[in-house]
Amino acid sequence: MQGHSHYTPTSGIGKWMDSRLPVPRLVYDSFIAYPVPKNLNYFYTFGAILSFMLVSQIITGVVLAMHYTAHVDLAFNSVEKIMRDVNYGWMIRYLHSNGASMFFIAVYIHIFRGLYYGSYKAPREVLWILGVIIYLLMMATAFLGYVLPWGQMSLWGAVVITNLFSAIPLVGPTIVEFLWGGYSVDQPTLNRFFSLHYLLPFMIAGVVVLHVWALHVTGQNNPTGVEVKDVKKDTVPFTPYATIKDAVGLVFFLVFFMWFAFFQPNYLGHAVNYVPADPLVTPPHIVPEWYFLPFYAILRAITFDINLIIFTIPSKLGGVLAMFAAIAVLAFLPWLDTSKVKSSAYRPLHKQFFWAFVVVCVMLGWLGSKPAEYPYTVLSLIFTGLYFAYFLVVLPLLGLFETPRQLPASIADAVLGKNRGAAPVTAGAAAAPQTKG
Amino acid sequence: MASVQHAEGDRRDFLFLATGAAAAVGGAAAIWPFISQLAPDAGTIAAGAPVEIDLASIPAGGQVKILWRGKPYFVRNRTEAEIKSAQDVDVKTLRDPQPDAVRVKEGHAKWLITAANCTHLGCVPLGNQGDYGGWFCPCHGSHFDTSGRIRKGPAPTNLPIPQYTFVSETRIRITGAPTTA
Repeated sequence: MQGHSHYTPTSGIGKWMDSRLPVPRLVYDSFIAYPVPKNLNYFYTFGAILSFMLVSQIITGVVLAMHYTAHVDLAFNSVEKIMRDVNYGWMIRYLHSNGASMFFIAVYIHIFRGLYYGSYKAPREVLWILGVIIYLLMMATAFLGYVLPWGQMSLWGAVVITNLFSAIPLVGPTIVEFLWGGYSVDQPTLNRFFSLHYLLPFMIAGVVVLHVWALHVTGQNNPTGVEVKDVKKDTVPFTPYATIKDAVGLVFFLVFFMWFAFFQPNYLGHAVNYVPADPLVTPPHIVPEWYFLPFYAILRAITFDINLIIFTIPSKLGGVLAMFAAIAVLAFLPWLDTSKVKSSAYRPLHKQFFWAFVVVCVMLGWLGSKPAEYPYTVLSLIFTGLYFAYFLVVLPLLGLFETPRQLPASIADAVLGKNRGAAPVTAGAAAAPQTKG
Repeated sequence: MASVQHAEGDRRDFLFLATGAAAAVGGAAAIWPFISQLAPDAGTIAAGAPVEIDLASIPAGGQVKILWRGKPYFVRNRTEAEIKSAQDVDVKTLRDPQPDAVRVKEGHAKWLITAANCTHLGCVPLGNQGDYGGWFCPCHGSHFDTSGRIRKGPAPTNLPIPQYTFVSETRIRITGAPTTA
């Protein structure tokens, strides 16, 4: 996809710079002349939206750090000071806290887009795995950030999550003590979480650079899943086509974001986190932020010891393993899906299983928000099984049994409505009306 | 490299290996402080010195929560009925089989001292609740009996017993974190 550069500096300064540090050439090749498939839909604007959200979170976060104090006695009050005294502090904090939720909404749409159109398949495996790493870093960053206001849910969320590591045999308790820097979630913990919460976004930015680099090596996937065959016929230049489309997508996304930030700023949070942290009182119902709920449901689904004849996995370790496996399985997706056809538009059965999987994820999210009681515990177990079944049973088998629909011969053919016959390109192609495929 | 090959290695080989070894040892030595700084420091350890608790003010059937090393502990003055129900359980049926006798000090059966963090994921269970009259953890639904033993739910083990001694009939000294956590 990345042909040789067509950048020709015109000005004297441009020529001087191009032979020393060709940054303008890199920008030109990556974001102006870069060819994108001409059939990309609005689901493909979420990459740009996510880039925007990362920058937005870093800017609001750096500003918040100027007013925040990472001390167990002062943290809660410093956040209240931001909300009440700092000029526009309320707005900046609401943009940051709701921004985290928006970041996850965007990343989930981005991930499901990838699942639907098979964007993880060869040659985009590394691109996909880098995305999984970004997602992991995002989860770590969001968790660390949620601890900082030092409210009840901050503290108890930190207690529950750090205790996950105590399930590791032998070294677990030592690892937890090293995470805490003490005997419990306390001052050293808060201080180091603040440090790491500031660090991780820049690590995300680094992996995003690799993610975009990998994207620009293979080129973008597209709704047909058919690779670009003729750059002239199948693609359009990034600028203005993708730039403007991304901008339109971003504007609509920002309307959604701003509605939350300005009209429902606490809807996605928990009221109990406006109560200062108290190590003697557990909130009646500890729940993580909405974006972690499906994994929380999987964690709680394993309430029994798993007997593997040779050894037994205790229920606690079982839950932790299931939760991490639920994320790790994503990294193996390129090799679990045996179908050669990428896009679900041409996979009638996968299309149905995909939507069933979306329902499973939503159900797990709902179950994660429920107390650990019957019938939710049983349902959590069932939906955890279905979650893994999608990756470990459906995707490997579907490629063997499913009969895909006829693929269009090229992206251009799909755009021109010629996907059904898949006839070789004829002279009449140009005369076909621009109907949707 | 030298044109003449020495089977036993020459001065350059020695310098190469010595430099590599120094870099490896030096690298490891440089990494250690950055790992060690994560561990509890001396001040944190000193702040977690043994603590004495006066039991006289706790009525029968009552329970207090104390905070030591940033973590809560239950000190429960059990009633006769609670002691009996804890002793009458068939130990073999328990997930973490422990008779009540090993969870209290001899001659002080009414005093049950346990860590107050659920062994599942560390929430503080609620006293006098749950199916067994001991504790119920509201986070993930673990039920503990009046001996602090896990009876139902995801917690893998009983509420652990800290290391403590009776300094008098009405005074205990907590000297160490539970060893069975």
